[in-house]
Amino acid sequence: MQGLRGLAWLLGLQSVGELLARGLSLPFPGPVVGMVLLLMALGWAPVAEAVAVCADFLLSHLSLLFVPVGVGVMTHLTLLSQYGGRMLLVIILSTWAGLAVTALVLFKLTSPPANNDAELR
Amino acid sequence: MPNFVELWVYLSATPLFGLTATLITYVLAQAVYLRMHQAPWANPVLWSVSSIAAVLLLTGVPYPTYFAGAQFIHFLLGPAVVALGWPMWQRRAELRQRWGRLLIASVAGGSAASGSALALGWALDLPADVLLSLAPKSVTAPVAMGIAEKIGGIPALAAVFAVLTGLVGALSGKYLFAVLRLPYDSRGWGARGFALGTAAHGIGAARALQVNADAGAYAGLALGLQVVLASLLMPLLFRLLA
Repeated sequence: MQGLRGLAWLLGLQSVGELLARGLSLPFPGPVVGMVLLLMALGWAPVAEAVAVCADFLLSHLSLLFVPVGVGVMTHLTLLSQYGGRMLLVIILSTWAGLAVTALVLFKLTSPPANNDAELR
Repeated sequence: MPNFVELWVYLSATPLFGLTATLITYVLAQAVYLRMHQAPWANPVLWSVSSIAAVLLLTGVPYPTYFAGAQFIHFLLGPAVVALGWPMWQRRAELRQRWGRLLIASVAGGSAASGSALALGWALDLPADVLLSLAPKSVTAPVAMGIAEKIGGIPALAAVFAVLTGLVGALSGKYLFAVLRLPYDSRGWGARGFALGTAAHGIGAARALQVNADAGAYAGLALGLQVVLASLLMPLLFRLLA
């Protein structure tokens, strides 16, 4: 029941998000507005309890949700045969660039947990 | 007894087919992945996508017919994006304490990913609409589609690029982080997870979550931040450039 109530909250907030995004022509997609609304609503205990179950379930199976879109690769076979090698190269190299930059920047900015003085240097 | 071909033609045209095929294939791929001790190459999304696409191409079932059923799973991406607020909320103390550096890492990583994609793609002579579909590729698929639409890319292509990006991150992250000599402590795991969530969105975050709890939490945080930042900054940036 909590799970169902959680799903109702998520869908409700997504709908309000869509309405706000369209109505005010915000630059965000509706679900992103819904996410921000959820962050505001989570301070209220009944919402947090209901959403916890449903959100954990959805997020732990997140990768399943990408399968239908991924299969859509088959509709772009001509584009792929024409540019496939180059597109793949771009995707691989730019993903590595993103991963390396993010990891190194955060790692350098985080002080070692055992040595709090490091932050003062 | 009715002809097998006739039965197949009937079944493959109903929405039940796309939905069932997606779920069963994924459950099997997930079982193989666990059996292979979660080796990156055994990624369940990679094998589900390629085997379903292969079956559809071989049997001549068009993608829209498949999607008529698979859309019920696809639809859940919306509430899943809303649900990303939950891991952010759980880590709110950390977020409040470290928002500065997390924001810097998120912006730096996101810009590096889409900037290098644009520069490389331009150098390799990719057409403009393909380039614009590559730009939001490190953001989770449903949001990448929305951004691509706003900046003049092809939403369906952007979604495919996003899924491929997630797979590249999930498959190769482990080796890349080893090359970068990140340590195996909470600081190192945090950086790994945050990088996977930033550059390889949901598929990278799913991988991080399976490998280490610290990495998983940071990945969820990074995913949410990237979604907010990219959907705010990218359309704005492209509007200024255009």
